[in-house]
Amino acid sequence: MSSLQSNVLENHTPTGREEAWRFTPLKRLGGMHDGSATAVERNSLAVKGSLATGVTFSHQEIEAVTQTDDVIVNRVRQFTSKGAVLSIAPNAEIAEPIMLNRSSFGTDSAEFSRVLIKAGNHSKSVVVIENTGDTHLAEDLEIVVEPGAHLTLIALQEWGSKTIHAARHHAIVDRDATFKSIVVTVGGDVVRLLPTVDFIAPGASCDLSGVYFATAGQFFEHRMFVDHKVPNAKSRVNYKGALAGDKAHTVWIGDVFIRAAAEGTDTYELNRNLLLSDGARADSVPNLEIETGEIVGAGHASTTGRFDDEQLFYLMSRGINMDDARRLVVRGFFNEIVSEIGIEAIQERIMARIDGELAKAGK
Amino acid sequence: MSTLEIRGLKVSVETEQGAVEILKGVDLTIKSGETHAIMGPNGSGKSTLAYSIAGHPKYTITEGTVTLDGEDVLEMSVDERAKAGLFLAMQYPVEVPGVSVSNFLRTAATALRGEAPKLREWVGEVKSAMESLKMDPSFAQRNVNEGFSGGEKKRHEIMQLELLKPKFAILDETDSGLDVDALRIVSEGVVRAKEANNHGILLITHYTRILKYIKPDFVHVFANGRIVEEGGPELADKLEAQGYAEYVTA
Repeated sequence: MSSLQSNVLENHTPTGREEAWRFTPLKRLGGMHDGSATAVERNSLAVKGSLATGVTFSHQEIEAVTQTDDVIVNRVRQFTSKGAVLSIAPNAEIAEPIMLNRSSFGTDSAEFSRVLIKAGNHSKSVVVIENTGDTHLAEDLEIVVEPGAHLTLIALQEWGSKTIHAARHHAIVDRDATFKSIVVTVGGDVVRLLPTVDFIAPGASCDLSGVYFATAGQFFEHRMFVDHKVPNAKSRVNYKGALAGDKAHTVWIGDVFIRAAAEGTDTYELNRNLLLSDGARADSVPNLEIETGEIVGAGHASTTGRFDDEQLFYLMSRGINMDDARRLVVRGFFNEIVSEIGIEAIQERIMARIDGELAKAGK
Repeated sequence: MSTLEIRGLKVSVETEQGAVEILKGVDLTIKSGETHAIMGPNGSGKSTLAYSIAGHPKYTITEGTVTLDGEDVLEMSVDERAKAGLFLAMQYPVEVPGVSVSNFLRTAATALRGEAPKLREWVGEVKSAMESLKMDPSFAQRNVNEGFSGGEKKRHEIMQLELLKPKFAILDETDSGLDVDALRIVSEGVVRAKEANNHGILLITHYTRILKYIKPDFVHVFANGRIVEEGGPELADKLEAQGYAEYVTA
């Protein structure tokens, strides 16, 4: 048993002493973790617009395809055997993004939701999940990327200020398949996301990117686990966050496990945080555990810094005022990842939201 | 006709050992259309003068005045100084990740002109500035100064000089790190901008070679935080022949 495996969550009510829960404000989870939440089935996930040929979506019985050690995911599975299933047919190349969103909420009870996304072999698709409004949501999102498939999953947490959202995005990535995940978390009271990847055959790769912006009082946690258990798989992790305001708190954990069998592994993970005011806290913990030396590369980097005075001076010396200079620098900081979304309207909406968060945070 | 007037300027920086005075009383008057070369050895305070005028927060003005047509420059924020007509071409231009040259230039032009330039005319302006500085069109899509070579950074600075049309341009060691061809192209850009806008130039340099392209009307020798000798272009020839030794030991 590796230390990283014991890092992940045990099947009991967490106390906050466990490695996986040590940063999370348990009292603000609305009882999702300890069974005190009123669990309901809302089927809030729906298709926005119409579905292309080769794509199906329905609410039905789900058989779990992943093992879980997360107590919230376990409670979701105990609560319901049904969920939303999105399937992309084998060999289908879906030109337009598949748009899903969640609506119809309440915060007096918690939606316990299961979702399965299946990218059939050699299919190619982009799936967008738009999360807006206020809700309590515990989400077990499983993703199967079959051999040769290319799936991009864009999960947008543009929640209102009362939302509590705990989710695991657990992808199984098969031979020569690629899984690209872009997570954007710019709203909510507490958001805890666990992007998790199991490589099950050689030639698989994943690219986990994310941006987050927490303002006063918000808690956003992104905790990855990439399990290199087969040879010649490649993983990239790149998360960028900004924080502004009193008690804004973000957590980024990057756990990468390279097992003895995983020769030829190529992995790199990066987390950068921009602290825009006093009183905010960014925790950033990369963990790399390596059981074989026969790898292509394994590395990580983590930085947390403030506005670069030299950048602001340079921009202002060209007549740009302080607020606009800060906005340019923050947009620039996030641009590397936001531009990866590839959907102009969404990119502009996210950037506008980031501008808004920055303005809200004040000077 | 505009006048940039520096009187009795004393500037210090904070160090671990306390405040250290770098500029020890600088007097200098520059008028539109004039080119003043400030020459001096490394560490004499030339760049401090440039950054102090532009308003870099690292430098504390302890005494003296800087005025532009009678307006107190030292009271202005950095962006206000630019809006008043000051431009600093930096020796080490700063990288701004994720911000494209094109976005940066348009944001700056909008700030300085008070309104967004008309798109069609603006595209033409940028294109012609880039062509005359022999820059590849793809340059506009790159991030500001990110991964630029030394020569590209300086071309980018002078391109801004051409586009932003200041009243006074302070060129801080614009010649440093340039090969002969790049030096010529960049210098021609400076001369072209001056012919178009008739701005005053404060040209800070260690070497005389850039003065072959940008002819100074006045040469000031800078040493130990102040101007120690002044003259016409012939003073540069003397420095070329004799170096700074007599000023440093003095």
